[in-house]
Amino acid sequence: MDPTQTTLIELRDAIAAKTTSATEATQAYLDRIEQHNPALNAFREVIGDYALKRAHQVDVGEVTGKLAGVPIAIKDCMCHTEGTTACSSKMLEHYRSPFTATAVARLEAEGAVILGKTNMDEFAMGSSTENSAFGVSKNPWDTARVPGGSSGGSSSAMAADLAAASLGSDTGGSIRQPASITGVVGFKPTYGRISRWGLVAFASSLDQIGTFSHTVADTALLSQVMFGKDPRDSTSAAIDVPDELHDVEGSIQTDGPLRIGIAKQYLQEGANDPAVTAAFDQAMDVYKQAGAEIVEVDLPHTEHGIPCYYIVATAECSSNLARYDGVHYGHRTETPPPAGENPIMHLYCQSRAEGFGAEVKRRIVLGTYALSSGYDEKYYDLALRTRRLIAGDFDTAFQSCDAILCPTTTGPAFKIGEMADDPLAMYMNDIYTVTANLAGIPGISLPGGFAEQDGKPLPVGVQLLGKAFDEKRLLRIARLYERETNHGKQRPII
Amino acid sequence: MAHPISEQTIREVAKLARLNLTDDEAKLFSSQLGDVLGAIDQLKQLDVESVKPMPHAYDQLNVFRADQEAPGMPVEDALANAPDKDEPFFKVPKVLGDGGGA
Repeated sequence: MDPTQTTLIELRDAIAAKTTSATEATQAYLDRIEQHNPALNAFREVIGDYALKRAHQVDVGEVTGKLAGVPIAIKDCMCHTEGTTACSSKMLEHYRSPFTATAVARLEAEGAVILGKTNMDEFAMGSSTENSAFGVSKNPWDTARVPGGSSGGSSSAMAADLAAASLGSDTGGSIRQPASITGVVGFKPTYGRISRWGLVAFASSLDQIGTFSHTVADTALLSQVMFGKDPRDSTSAAIDVPDELHDVEGSIQTDGPLRIGIAKQYLQEGANDPAVTAAFDQAMDVYKQAGAEIVEVDLPHTEHGIPCYYIVATAECSSNLARYDGVHYGHRTETPPPAGENPIMHLYCQSRAEGFGAEVKRRIVLGTYALSSGYDEKYYDLALRTRRLIAGDFDTAFQSCDAILCPTTTGPAFKIGEMADDPLAMYMNDIYTVTANLAGIPGISLPGGFAEQDGKPLPVGVQLLGKAFDEKRLLRIARLYERETNHGKQRPII
Repeated sequence: MAHPISEQTIREVAKLARLNLTDDEAKLFSSQLGDVLGAIDQLKQLDVESVKPMPHAYDQLNVFRADQEAPGMPVEDALANAPDKDEPFFKVPKVLGDGGGA
C-alpha cells in the first residue's frame, strides 16, 4: 500500500496490522513533502528527524494510542517544543516555544507523528496565505490560485496528501474556507471544545482549533482525541464529550424526521458561483432523498456579520498582539532611537514596525481605533450588541431544525494577487463563515463538487452549521451527505 | 468611501498601539480603513438599545481553580527567546531620562 493514499483511519489500522509501519508511513510523507513542497509551499518548517524518532517509538511499541503512527501537520500558530513556532511572521521567525499546545499534546499522547508546521496568513489574519512572511501557499488544484486562509498551508498539505490530516484554527472561517476551495473536509468545533492553550492568540473570543481531513470519520476521530476541558484554558468548555463522538455511522437521533434548515440570506440571487449553487442544490436533494424535512429558517442579521466580526476580531487582535514588544521574545529592532525619542518607546514602536506585515498592522490600527476613547461605544460596544443579535438568530433557527445547510464560500479559489490590493473585498469573502464564530457554534465544510475554470476542476464546498456542543449529531448529518456523494474522493494532479 | 480617516488620526492611533508607520503606510491605511469603517457604519441602523453586549461565545462568569502551588516556567526557559538578557533578567534600553516619557 501507499501510506499517503489512504484515509487517516485506514493508515492507522494498517500500521496496527503491520501491513505498513509508522516509519514507512512517515518516510513516505516526508518524501512526498520533499517532492511537492517546493511548488506548493504548504509547510513552513518540516521536523523530519523528530517525526522519524516518534515513528520509531510507535514501531517498537513505546508509543501507542488511537492515532499511533499517523503523520499529522500542524498550523504554524500552534506551539510545539520541537522546531520554531513562527505564526508565519517575521516577528516570531526564530521563536522556540518552551511548551507544546494542549491540542497537539493530546494528538501526540495518542501516538500521532507531527511532521511540521504549515504556512498561514501572518497571525492568522487573511483568507489566502498571501499575508505570510514566508511566501504564499499554492492550491494543488491550480497552483496559480490560493489555497484559502488563514490555514492555507494546512489545506494545501491536506489536498496534496502531504499529511494524513492537518490542524488549523478558525477565527472567522480560516478552516472552513480553505477546506472548501481545496476539496477537503474542514471542521470548526463549538467555541471552547478544544483548548486554546498554546494556540498563539489572534481574537480570543473567536479562535477555535479544528481539523482538515479527507473524511468525516477521520474528523470525528481527531475531535474525539482533542475535545475536552483543559485546566490551562479557562475558556475551554466543561461539557462532557460523548464517548461515541467518533462513531459517525451511528443514528442521527432526532425526535422526528431529520430537519435541515436553509436560510434565504445565504442564497441571494447572483451572490454565488453557479457551481456553489449546484453543490448546495445537490446537498439539499441528498437530504430530501434520505427523508429529511427541509425547513426554511430566517437569519435576518446575517448581513451584519462581516462588520460585526471585523470590529470584534480587530479589537481583540490589537489587544492580544500588544505582547509583541521586542522585550521578552520575538523581533527586536537594531536601529538606534532618533535624537530626543525615548529609547524604550522607540524599541517598542520600531520592533513592531519591522516585525509585523501590512495586514497585521492594518488590523492593529483598526482595532485600536475601535477601542479608543470616544469610539469604543460607537464601534466596539455596538459590535458586541450586534453579535448577540446574530447569536439569537441561530438560537431561533435551531428551534426548528437540527442543522443549517449553506455554502461555505461564494465561489472557488481566487487567483494569487487577485484581491491583494482590496482588503475590503477580501473581508467580504467571509460572509458565510464569520457568523458561526460570532455565535460560537460548530461548522463543517464538505467537498461539494467542482467549478470548471481555465480548463481545471476547482473544488467548492457545502457547509453544515450545528447547535453549540452538538457535534456528534452534526458529524453524523455530515456523514449522511458524504455517504451519498464522492466529491471528496477526487484528488488533484500534482 | 463615506468615512475618511485622516492620516493624522491614523498616526495618533498607531502611536497608541506602539507602532511606527511609514508615510506610505499612513496614507494607505487612511484610505483603506476609511473604506472598512464605511462598511461598518451599516451597524448604526440597528436598534440595539435593549440588547446586552456579547463579549464571549457563551455566557461565562468567573472560572475558579484551587489555590495550590504548582511549578512555574523555569527562568532559563522564560529567557530562552529573549532578544537581550542579563540573567536572570530581560535587558532593555534605558527607560528613564533621555527625552522623557511617552
